[in-house]
Amino acid sequence: MGILVIAEHSNTELKPSTLNAVAAAQAIGGDIHVLVAGAGCGAVGEAAAKIAGVSKVLVADNAAYEHQLAENASKLIAELGAGYDYLLAPATSNGKNIMPRVAALLDVAAISDVTAVISGDTFERPIYAGNVIATVQSSDAKKVITVRTTAFDAVAAEGGSASVEAVAAAHDAGKSSFIGEEIAKSDRPELTAASIVVSGGRGMQNGDNFKMLEAIADKLGAAVGASRAAVDAGFVPNDYQVGQTGKIVAPDLYIAVGISGAIQHLAGMKDSKVIVAINKDEDAPIFQVADYGLVADLFQAVPELETLL
Amino acid sequence: MKVLVAVKRVVDYNVKVRPKSDGSGVDLNNVKMSINPFCEIAVEEAVRLKEKGLATEVVVVSLGEKSCQEQIRTALALGADRGILVETAEELQPLAVAKLLKAVVDKEQPGLVLMGKQSIDGDNNQTAQMLSALADMPQGTFASELVIEGDKAKVTREIDGGLQTIELSLPAVVSTDLRLNEPRYASLPNIMKAKKKPLDTMTPDELGVSVAPTVKVLKVAPPPERQAGIKVASVEELVEKLRNEAKVI
Repeated sequence: MGILVIAEHSNTELKPSTLNAVAAAQAIGGDIHVLVAGAGCGAVGEAAAKIAGVSKVLVADNAAYEHQLAENASKLIAELGAGYDYLLAPATSNGKNIMPRVAALLDVAAISDVTAVISGDTFERPIYAGNVIATVQSSDAKKVITVRTTAFDAVAAEGGSASVEAVAAAHDAGKSSFIGEEIAKSDRPELTAASIVVSGGRGMQNGDNFKMLEAIADKLGAAVGASRAAVDAGFVPNDYQVGQTGKIVAPDLYIAVGISGAIQHLAGMKDSKVIVAINKDEDAPIFQVADYGLVADLFQAVPELETLL
Repeated sequence: MKVLVAVKRVVDYNVKVRPKSDGSGVDLNNVKMSINPFCEIAVEEAVRLKEKGLATEVVVVSLGEKSCQEQIRTALALGADRGILVETAEELQPLAVAKLLKAVVDKEQPGLVLMGKQSIDGDNNQTAQMLSALADMPQGTFASELVIEGDKAKVTREIDGGLQTIELSLPAVVSTDLRLNEPRYASLPNIMKAKKKPLDTMTPDELGVSVAPTVKVLKVAPPPERQAGIKVASVEELVEKLRNEAKVI
């Protein structure tokens, strides 16, 4: 059985979510290849060849793939997909954008956000904001899957020695073009890759107050996140959002400050190893999932926490 | 330009659903049903395009049982002009929905299709992308801003780490993210008016689409419960526990 894993990368760097997707591929079992589609992405191909458990890396280096436009990437992946039983990608915004399009081109279902592999055709995935776990079985000959990265421990980035093969196919659908990108620049780790996350909710009252959380984050080497309520209220940009409609995180330590714990937020962070909640409302649902709860006014507790760290 | 908006009838976002005790499905008896929140944002965006004079007609389509008419009427009350219900009692999976929508697109020839990025029941986040592929249209998923300029759409997308702006040739499919707009409330006069707006019904057979699912739900179960831990009395105690008990800082 052949599995093709679609690498997540920035053309210069392989993203760690690829390693989680390879782990899911190993759980399925079979010969694992990795596709690096991009422009000027040779170094990413070299990095992918070192991933433990990968036997071959395909590199499609073409201007058409530089920005991962779905129209172009999906045609390439669907074409290469003819030779594989499984097409896997991490459930990042890229994976979610491209893979359903691939599935439709292949006339098969897509299975989103897989959290466990039960067998070659049976998988678990969360539905209803993670309130329900569905076990689903696909009867399609080819399986197109996105992988919930937090559910699979990353394989080693080093140790493999896969062969690298260039793919010549250049698909430019000519219907979309890249205009620009605004990527938040920060010295802090990426939200989904951080081992500690400090998140604020509506209780923060305004965007300025998030500086208190940033101060703690900087002391801990943590990323800063937010609940949907805080994003909706305009305190912070949407890419801070942790939850069903935002990012799914599972750090070693998650500190929820002024977050009540709506279902949709819990769906994004409840797999964290240790959860701390600071909230003045002792009945807030966040305390039902917190390992350590502190009932306190965050405007006193957070500065105190900063001085003690 | 005609705008086609797809809306899905789902369990209201305030309802906490539970699996049935035999694990055969989710208990949907007597729960409140609504328009999927992301679809409501799509309706609002389409109506705003009409108000700006960029859209000539807003057609709203829903697929499923007869009861989906309620959600179509809600969209009509928000300002859509006309409704289409593709009526079926069969379970519809994303690929089948995309095929049905493709058939509707072929009939209606819209310049733009707007839909939610995901439904809050299945959480698949697939249908817009699949429709784009089948209709051979470009896609602008997870949109937080949409600007129509002539025969192009400029779409700002929510991506990991920030925003990306792309330009699509129309016709195109755009899926909405949360920050695209804040949907209005339907006024009572508009709710009354919506009852008189045209609503056509058709079936998958009439559209020539097979909706047979290929993914079977074997069982559903609640997620593993997380046990509540302890309450600490002070910040000092919290830091002490994190350092010495949990050993995470």
